[in-house]
Amino acid sequence: MSSISFSISRLSVLHLHDVQIDIHQGECIGLSGPSGSGKSLLLRALADLQEHTGEICLQQKKQVDFKPCDWRKQVALLPADSQWWGDTVAEHFRSVDESGLQQLGFEKDVMSWQVSRLSSGEKQRLAFLRLLENQPQVLLLDEPTANLDAANSGVVEQMIRHYLESHKACAVYVSHDLEQLSRIADRQFKIVSGQLESA
Amino acid sequence: MFVSLTGFDLSLAAVLVLLLALLSWRMQLGLAPRLLLAALRTTVQLLLVGLVLKWVFEQASFLWVMLITTVMLTVAGWEILSRQKRKLKGWWGFGISTGSLFISSFTVTLLALTVIIQPDPWYHPQYAIPLLGMLLGNTMTGIALGMDRLVQTAWQQRAVIEQRLMLGQTAHEAIGDIRRESMRAGMIPIINSMAAAGIVSLPGMLTGQILAGAAPVEAVKYQILIMFLVSSGTGFGVVSVLWLISKRLFDQRERLRFDLLLK
Repeated sequence: MSSISFSISRLSVLHLHDVQIDIHQGECIGLSGPSGSGKSLLLRALADLQEHTGEICLQQKKQVDFKPCDWRKQVALLPADSQWWGDTVAEHFRSVDESGLQQLGFEKDVMSWQVSRLSSGEKQRLAFLRLLENQPQVLLLDEPTANLDAANSGVVEQMIRHYLESHKACAVYVSHDLEQLSRIADRQFKIVSGQLESA
Repeated sequence: MFVSLTGFDLSLAAVLVLLLALLSWRMQLGLAPRLLLAALRTTVQLLLVGLVLKWVFEQASFLWVMLITTVMLTVAGWEILSRQKRKLKGWWGFGISTGSLFISSFTVTLLALTVIIQPDPWYHPQYAIPLLGMLLGNTMTGIALGMDRLVQTAWQQRAVIEQRLMLGQTAHEAIGDIRRESMRAGMIPIINSMAAAGIVSLPGMLTGQILAGAAPVEAVKYQILIMFLVSSGTGFGVVSVLWLISKRLFDQRERLRFDLLLK
């Protein structure tokens, strides 16, 4: 097994207690659990958007030793609902990743589109591409294909796997779809009454 | 020429307010009680302030000027808080608003008294109190507007702010657009009144000085001075309050924390 890239020990946040996982390079962790069990909360704590106790390390360096913005560039959270503040798509990107756009089924001119014109599925795919701009080491993905059809879900899953391999990154993948998790995740966990358990 | 007003003169004007209240009552506009109460408050408050000022002018003592200005500052600080849609937690809100008011209004007034107008002594109440009053009044409005806009917009757009944090922006960048918009909201009234002064409206102080018999050109010079002081005082006050509040909205790990600031 390759080296440990992301480690979480004794993490507690609100009603979640004592979360403990070591995630290896290239590994994808699947996370499931009923609504309100704290999946999104856990991802927010990992991205340091939620106050928590315990220790989180990226390549042996503690979360508190990173500047908050640098941590979030490396440990990138894709929320279930993406947010857009500018009028056009281009205002949310630093550069145009043509091959990424193509893989996700977009033409280059999507950059000039009005955000208000985007469907929820288009937003979700573009938000995923936007997240990869920082080249994060850890992807925290909250139902990244919830608004996508089967074909587009497959494309996004493939892109995630490819990204993890090519960038020696790792991912925590939250989904209700256990079939999808068994397809994409190397190990699976579920949250049961405030505790993280192997699934 | 200066025409002194008698109690009878004021009563004639008060009859107009009473007529308006009567009209409002007949038309069921529901305005009469508030209008009458406000008219009563303005009469009592201004008569009192007239007596206090008369006494303070006679004393011309530094201590009394300090005491009065402190009262003015405190009341203005509470007034800012009471104009906020989302209530800030007790002493933080009061501290930030009053602190910013103090820094901007007092500094600008002090500068005007010691360097520009130079009355003797520099704290002469006839100059210090009206000057500070005008600065406080305008700065208070600017700060209240800017602060309300910042907190309100940040609350509505908290998901956007967090999204920007997720993409690796600093707290400063993530709230930058909202801070700029709030700065505009705080400064627009004074910028507009500078732009319209003399053409659309004759400012209150100018009118007052002219009614009191001052030469129009002298009155105009004072009005220009006041406009500059008020706009810069408001600007510094708004900048300071926005900076303090947008810092206070985040914790040291740059997480958005409304629970620290709001009730």
